[in-house]
Amino acid sequence: MFLINCPYCGERDQSEFSCGGEAHIVRPKQPTELSDDEWAEYLFMRKNIKGVQFERWNHAHGCRKWFNMVRDTSNDKIHAVYKMGEKPPVE
Amino acid sequence: MTKYRVNKTKHVDQTKTVSFDFDGKSYHGFEGDTLASALLSNGVHLVGRSFKYHRPRGIMSCGSEEPNAICQINEDTDLTEPNVRATEIELYEGLKASSQNCWPSVNFDIGGINNFISPFIPAGFYYKTFMWPKSFWKKIYEPLIRWSAGLGKSPTKPDPELYDHKHVHCDVLIIGGGISGIIASKIAAKNNFKTILIEDKNILGGSTIFQKNENYKINDKYSGEWIYEEIAELKKLDNLTIKTRTSLAAYHSYNYLLAKENISDHLPLDKRNGGIRQRLWKIRADKVIVATGAIERPLVFNNNDRPGIMLSNSVKKYLDFYGVSCGFNNVIFTNNDSAYETAVSLKEKGISVVIIDIRKKSNSKIVKNAEQLGVKIYWNSTVVNTFGLRKINSIEIMNLSEDGSNVVGDKNRINCDCLALSGGWTPMVHMHTQSGGKLDFREIDQTFIPNEINKNHINVGSCNGDFELEKIINNTNKKVKNFLKVSETEFDNTSVLNSKELDKRNIWLLPNYISEGKCKSFIDFQNDSTAKDIKLALREGFKSIEHVKRYTTTGMATDQGKLSNMHALGIVADTAGVKMGTLGTTTFRPPFTPLTFGSIVGRSVGNFFDITRKTSIHEWHIQNDAKFENVGQWKRPWYYPINEEGLHDAVQRESKAARDSAGILDASTLGKIDIQGTDASEFLNRVYTNAWSKLGIGKCRYGLMLNEDGMVYDDGVTTRLGENHYLMTTTTGGAANVLSKLEDYLQTEWPELDVYLTSVTDHYSTASICGPNSKKILTKIFPNKDFSDDAFPHMSYQNAKIDEINCRIMRISFTGELSYEINIESKFGKSLWEKCIEAGKEFKITPYGTETMHLLRAEKGFIIVGQDTDGTMTPIDLQMDWIVSKKKYDFIGKRSLYRSDTIREDRKQLVGLLTDDPNEILEEGAQIVSDIRKKPVEMIGHVTSSYFSPNLNKSIALAVVKSGKKLKGQKLIVPMENKNINVTVSESVFLDKENKRINA
Ligand SMILES: [Zn+2]
Repeated sequence: MFLINCPYCGERDQSEFSCGGEAHIVRPKQPTELSDDEWAEYLFMRKNIKGVQFERWNHAHGCRKWFNMVRDTSNDKIHAVYKMGEKPPVE
Repeated sequence: MTKYRVNKTKHVDQTKTVSFDFDGKSYHGFEGDTLASALLSNGVHLVGRSFKYHRPRGIMSCGSEEPNAICQINEDTDLTEPNVRATEIELYEGLKASSQNCWPSVNFDIGGINNFISPFIPAGFYYKTFMWPKSFWKKIYEPLIRWSAGLGKSPTKPDPELYDHKHVHCDVLIIGGGISGIIASKIAAKNNFKTILIEDKNILGGSTIFQKNENYKINDKYSGEWIYEEIAELKKLDNLTIKTRTSLAAYHSYNYLLAKENISDHLPLDKRNGGIRQRLWKIRADKVIVATGAIERPLVFNNNDRPGIMLSNSVKKYLDFYGVSCGFNNVIFTNNDSAYETAVSLKEKGISVVIIDIRKKSNSKIVKNAEQLGVKIYWNSTVVNTFGLRKINSIEIMNLSEDGSNVVGDKNRINCDCLALSGGWTPMVHMHTQSGGKLDFREIDQTFIPNEINKNHINVGSCNGDFELEKIINNTNKKVKNFLKVSETEFDNTSVLNSKELDKRNIWLLPNYISEGKCKSFIDFQNDSTAKDIKLALREGFKSIEHVKRYTTTGMATDQGKLSNMHALGIVADTAGVKMGTLGTTTFRPPFTPLTFGSIVGRSVGNFFDITRKTSIHEWHIQNDAKFENVGQWKRPWYYPINEEGLHDAVQRESKAARDSAGILDASTLGKIDIQGTDASEFLNRVYTNAWSKLGIGKCRYGLMLNEDGMVYDDGVTTRLGENHYLMTTTTGGAANVLSKLEDYLQTEWPELDVYLTSVTDHYSTASICGPNSKKILTKIFPNKDFSDDAFPHMSYQNAKIDEINCRIMRISFTGELSYEINIESKFGKSLWEKCIEAGKEFKITPYGTETMHLLRAEKGFIIVGQDTDGTMTPIDLQMDWIVSKKKYDFIGKRSLYRSDTIREDRKQLVGLLTDDPNEILEEGAQIVSDIRKKPVEMIGHVTSSYFSPNLNKSIALAVVKSGKKLKGQKLIVPMENKNINVTVSESVFLDKENKRINA
């Protein structure tokens, strides 16, 4: 059970949050101009890394804000949390 | 006092007799006993039969590692509990316990016949034998195996007791109240850390508390006396919470731990007073100090499982803590020094003991002391066999060869009534590994010890591999001070007298003159797996320890292999010729000891299982005999039976009334989202499939929302309340998800939009009045309002007042009838509703529930998201092309609507179905086929909604069918269990295709 440092509220129990999958996948600005393959790449393809992964999290039972998190999936170590729109930290 | 109670101790009050039953026979013990110590004090060793061979088994240990003494307690009461370890349950007046896994009795057991055919039950026997023929499994093999196996009985009635959860935070959590846990707690609490100490036994002090021996002294006191004083001082500290009878169940990441506190399990049943039985502590600790100790290892040799064969340290605890001698003619079989403590204790009480030591010699002080006391020691020897049917009566020993790989010389028979085993110690690293910690292998005594990398927890004492007293004290002191960064000096100069050394001769499987195939050398006592089984698994090609474990079931019983895992690993390593440290261990999973379901669930039972949401009109529904339906967490009126009406009759009546005169529905549960901001119109354009920019203020529009994959996600009517202000409605079940999906897009994809979302579902109550007389009823309620079609057209909204209370009236319809929805602040919901009923009386206004609502909308072919759709339906599949804007450049899901898969013409599409027999009602979910003769029969769709329509006087249904759009007018078949129903594909709109009734 993680202790997650919400960028707006501070440290809270994992049970207050929900995970929204891989981060930094930007919705295409002009979807109509994409081929089926390109659209499918955006729509379906997600990484499932053993190791350091960038994830979207939502403080669902708190401030309801979305933010990003860098987590090592092999040991659940949370390396960083940062607000939407902010640049991911360089390792 | 029984003859086995040889010693008076301060832990058992021999003035307070406690009577109890075991296997139907009455016995006496004392306050302070466990069931196991009380049984042993009565000379009872035989307490069960083994799982596979039904061999007689006795009490082996004194703690949670116990594999044999597993009981059913208080059978035939609501409080009965299986799989209770006799070594852990505290004795109380009237306790009734019985052995598990033996029928008809522990002394005569039919399954024991397996023992004689055991050559035929090797590892994997069940997998190999009971596979064929397949038809035998259900009727013969499974009942047979279950009957002969049986691990206790579940209670048949609901648990009458209360359970509780408690969330706590602390600076330092210490797990284990033995000597190192006590030192750690004292250092932490003295230095102003908010500290919690948990201990699974009912008193602190671990195995030091009963140590009264010249060989072990701290500051010139017996170690047992020293710790007694330490505990007394500890209890005075302010920052410390001590929780005894509390066992750690799980250690999760980020120092989140679960511990189960037993509050009333040690009390007689009539003294429990309906209080809380167990409490699950959910602890978030800044720092964790693990001091869980170590478990003594047995030794693996032929017939090492008879009643009377026990662990050496347990024999000592029964003697020095409970005052019970497990035998009067003891043999101790060891490979290390610690068994000599037991020998000295026995000898000092005048009880006969000899030692078989596989080592060639030892020079430690404790060994010298035992020799001085006249204990006979057989060096370089091993036990090769044991005898005695229901209890051990003698053993055979032989000398070991120089390298320990074989036995030499003559057999020597020794009589005994108790054989105490000491194979060294296994640190309890469960907590460390559960938390994600890794292990290192220590060659000298073949143990896995913690490799600490997590900076927020440490291991101290014997769970860290420190087994000698001065190491335990000094290392604990040093480590805890470093960990907490304090300069506490109390334990810095503790003088310690220690008499044993870490000198050990480790032989995982002891050699024998009897061939390996004929030896029964048990590793896992509870699951009956032997050294032979492990070797067989290796011969059959299993290499990974995880596979060997599963194939042989070693370590998979309720004790989770606390006594067996290391020997299994050791024998695998020896046989495969690899170093044990390279094998790794099997995974230690929570819970450490079994948890009750009650403690996991806590108070979340019955009415507290989930939140119940009720509308403000709920009381009225109850008074009017509504039957309720659960929709998400909401209780919604399902139908309102009159007199003895059933569902069908009530719904037929309600549906007819709604179309013939007037009906009223509580629509308060629909999700409502208030949308404001200068970009609100643009936002709606992006989230709905249709266009919103041109919707006038005061107008309503139906919208369909897709997922990015093009599949229908939700629908509802949204009203434009002002230039930059909308009120969106969602489905009842989808409300929360829609809001978070919209928030997600706003926050992450379109942060530039000026839009604010607020859930107002609970803020407003909604009465929906429909039917040809609804306009007249509204006119009565709002006499000053003009309800003419020109002044108040369909799909528009107006503000109004009732008794000075503001409300909103939307003229929208989900039934196809002329219909109005009145929204009012929730606290006025019930009085609004009552006003509507009063005004509608002369028109026989009929309250209707969800079932009638579903029927009425089905007559009109309106979909219900989640009933007629299932996350695989596009708007095109639903024949709702009209709502998908061709002009809009983009909206959520648009691009997916022309992927190669979504434009397939043979997708399942929504159609109507009419049964050839108009009185035949299809079952929702029924499969649809076109050709019943061609095998395999192809399922081309299924029924999603089906009703008997009283307004059309025939059965109607909605269904999704492959290429349904092209099949209009075609005959299909709905095959049911006893008949095939013939149906014809129709339009999905059955009533009023011209939409005349909306303006009736
Ligand atoms: Zn937050």
